[in-house]
Amino acid sequence: MGPSGTAAALFLLVMVMAAVFASVLAPADPNTGSLLDNYQGSSADHLLGTDGIGRDILSRLIYGARTSLLGPALVVGVSIAVGIPLALLGAWYGGMVDATVARLLDLVYALPGLLLAVLTVALFGPGMTPAVVALSIAYVPFLSRIVRAAARQQRVSPYVDALTVQGFSVFRISVRHILRNIGPVVLGQAAIAFGYALLDLASLSYLGLAVQAPTADWGVMVSDTDALLKGYSMPVFLPGVLIVGSVLSLTVLGARISGERPERHPVFGRVFGHRFGQAFGRSGGGGVGRAVGSEDGHTVGSQDSHAVGSQDSHAVGAESERGQADASSA
Amino acid sequence: MLRLRDVDVALNVEGRMRPVLIGLNLDLAEGEALGLVGESGSGKSMTVRTITRLLPQGARVGGSVEFDGRDVLAMRPAELRAFRGSDVGVVFQDPRAAINPTHRIGEFLGEALTVNRGVGKAEAARRAAELLASVGIDDAERRLRQYPHELSGGMLQRVMIASVLAAEPRLILADEPTTALDVTIQAEVVGILDRLRRERAMGMVFITHDLDLALAVCDRVAVMYAGSVVEVRSARDLHETARHPYTIGLLGSRPSIEERAERLAAIPGRPVSAFEAGTGCAFASRCAFARDVCRSVRPRLETFQDGLVRCHRVEEIHEHAVA
Repeated sequence: MGPSGTAAALFLLVMVMAAVFASVLAPADPNTGSLLDNYQGSSADHLLGTDGIGRDILSRLIYGARTSLLGPALVVGVSIAVGIPLALLGAWYGGMVDATVARLLDLVYALPGLLLAVLTVALFGPGMTPAVVALSIAYVPFLSRIVRAAARQQRVSPYVDALTVQGFSVFRISVRHILRNIGPVVLGQAAIAFGYALLDLASLSYLGLAVQAPTADWGVMVSDTDALLKGYSMPVFLPGVLIVGSVLSLTVLGARISGERPERHPVFGRVFGHRFGQAFGRSGGGGVGRAVGSEDGHTVGSQDSHAVGSQDSHAVGAESERGQADASSA
Repeated sequence: MLRLRDVDVALNVEGRMRPVLIGLNLDLAEGEALGLVGESGSGKSMTVRTITRLLPQGARVGGSVEFDGRDVLAMRPAELRAFRGSDVGVVFQDPRAAINPTHRIGEFLGEALTVNRGVGKAEAARRAAELLASVGIDDAERRLRQYPHELSGGMLQRVMIASVLAAEPRLILADEPTTALDVTIQAEVVGILDRLRRERAMGMVFITHDLDLALAVCDRVAVMYAGSVVEVRSARDLHETARHPYTIGLLGSRPSIEERAERLAAIPGRPVSAFEAGTGCAFASRCAFARDVCRSVRPRLETFQDGLVRCHRVEEIHEHAVA
C-alpha cells in the first residue's frame, strides 16, 4: 500500500479507536468544565488545554470523533445500500432500465449535496438526522455512477456469459461475481465518499445546521469563533487538523484500495517533495485539494464540485460519462 | 435431441439489423457429435449463442430451436435457467476470459455443483476433486486452492470442461475449445473432450475452423457459409462424398503432408458475410459452377446421397465427380 497508505490507515485506526473507546480514553467529561479554568494551555490536568468554558479539549476531540465519524458512516451506508443495487440493475439489464437508472442518478447528481442539506434543514429544523438524510440522497450517485460503469464493463466480459450458460441467476452473478470483482472500486469510492461526507457534515455543523452546540463534534468545535477572537487558536485548530487529517487519509486510502497508482501532485509535489506531494496528488480531485483550490489534470470538474478522486482503468467509463453529463447539462 | 429449424438471427449493429444466421437448419441425435466448420464470420459461434439464448441485446431471432421437443426460444426465465444449468454445457474458446479470475478453482467448480446439482459443500469439494481427476489433472487438492492465473491455458481449459461435466449435461457445445491453446496441448484437450463425451454418451456440437480436427472427432460434419449450413455429411467419407462446391474448395485448400506444393490452393474471392448475401446462393460469387439461377434463387438444403446439400447444381457436380 506504500508509506502514505499505511500512514493514512494508521491515522484512521486511531480515530476509530478513539470513537469506540471514548468513554475509557477521555480523561474528563467532554461537556462540563469549570469557567475558572477557561483557555488554559497544556498542563498535566488538561493535556491539550481547555476551551472558553473550561472544557477539556482532548476529551472533546475524543468524543467528537464519535459524532464526526458516525454521521458520514451513515451517509455512506445508506448511499451504498441504495446506489449499488441500482448500479447492478442498470448494468445487467442495460437498455431502458439502464437509461432510467442513469437519468435518475444524473438528476440527483445535479443537486449540490450541501444545498440539498441546507434546504432539508430549513424544512425540518437543524439536527443530525435531516442533514444525514439529505447527504445520503446526494451521495447515492457519487457511488452508484462509478459502480455502474465498472459493472457494465464486467457485464460484457466472457466469464459473465459463461456463468449465464451455467444457469446461474442474475442475482447470483451480479452479487457473487460482478460485485466481488469490482469490490476494490466500490470500497475505494466508499472511502473517498466517507471523507467528503465527513467534510460536508463538519461544514454543516460549523454553520450550526447539523450537530448542535453543546455536543462534542469537530465541526462544532471549529465554529468556536469566540476563542479565535480572543486569540486562542488551539480549540479551533486541533479539531481542524483532525478533519483535514481524516479526509486526507480517507482519500489516500480510497485511491489505494481502488488500485490507483500514486501520482505526483503538480503543485504540492514540488513544494513538499515527492512522498507528500503524492499524498496531495491523490486528494487533488476533491476534499483538501478542493479546499486549497487545486485541480489535478485528471480530474474532471463538475457543477457540485464532487470531483472523482479515483481514476483508474475501471473509472474511465464513469469519467467519460461524466463528461457527457456535463456537456448535456451545460 | 436438438433440432434447429429455419433459424434467422439478426443483430442490432448501430441501429441497423444485420442478419448473421439465415435459415439455419441443424439436427443432432442423442449422443452424436456434430462438427460445425466454417470460416470466421460464417455464424458458428452465433449458432451456439442462439441455442443457449446468449445473444446480445436487441437481437431478433426467428425460427425454432428445439431441445427434446421443447422450444428453447420460447422458454420462460426459470425454465431457461434449468435448461442451461442441467441440460447443456458450453466450453468456451478462451478459458482465461471465460473463468472468473477472482475465484479459486475450487469455488468455480463448487458453485456449479452446489447451485445446479444441489449438493452440500463437503460433497461438492469431493466431487470437484473427482472431476479434476477425470479431466486428467493430478494433485486436485492443490489445484482447487489455486486461482485461474496460476494455471496454464491447457490446464484451465480442462477445468472448464470439468465445470461443464459438473452439471452432467446431455449436450455439450464446444466453441473452438482449442483455438486459444498451444498446438501441442490441443490434441490432449480434444482427446479428453472426446473420451468423456463417449463415456457419458453426451451429444456434442464441436465448432472449429479446422476441418481435419472436426473429421477426427465428430460423427457428422456440417459446413457453414454466410450464416447457413451448406452441406452436412458423415465425417467418415466427407472426402469422397462432398458435393457442395464450397466443401470441395475447403477440402482442396488444405496443405498436404505427402506432396510439396508451390502454392496452396485457395477458394477465389473472400468470404461473404450473411448480411452481404443477396437473394441467390451466398456462394455464387466465388463458385466456378454458378449459373444465373444461382445468383437469383436461394437453393434449399436438400437430401442428397446420405447427406444434405444446399446447391442448385449438385446433380451435375455429382455426375462430374463420379465420372
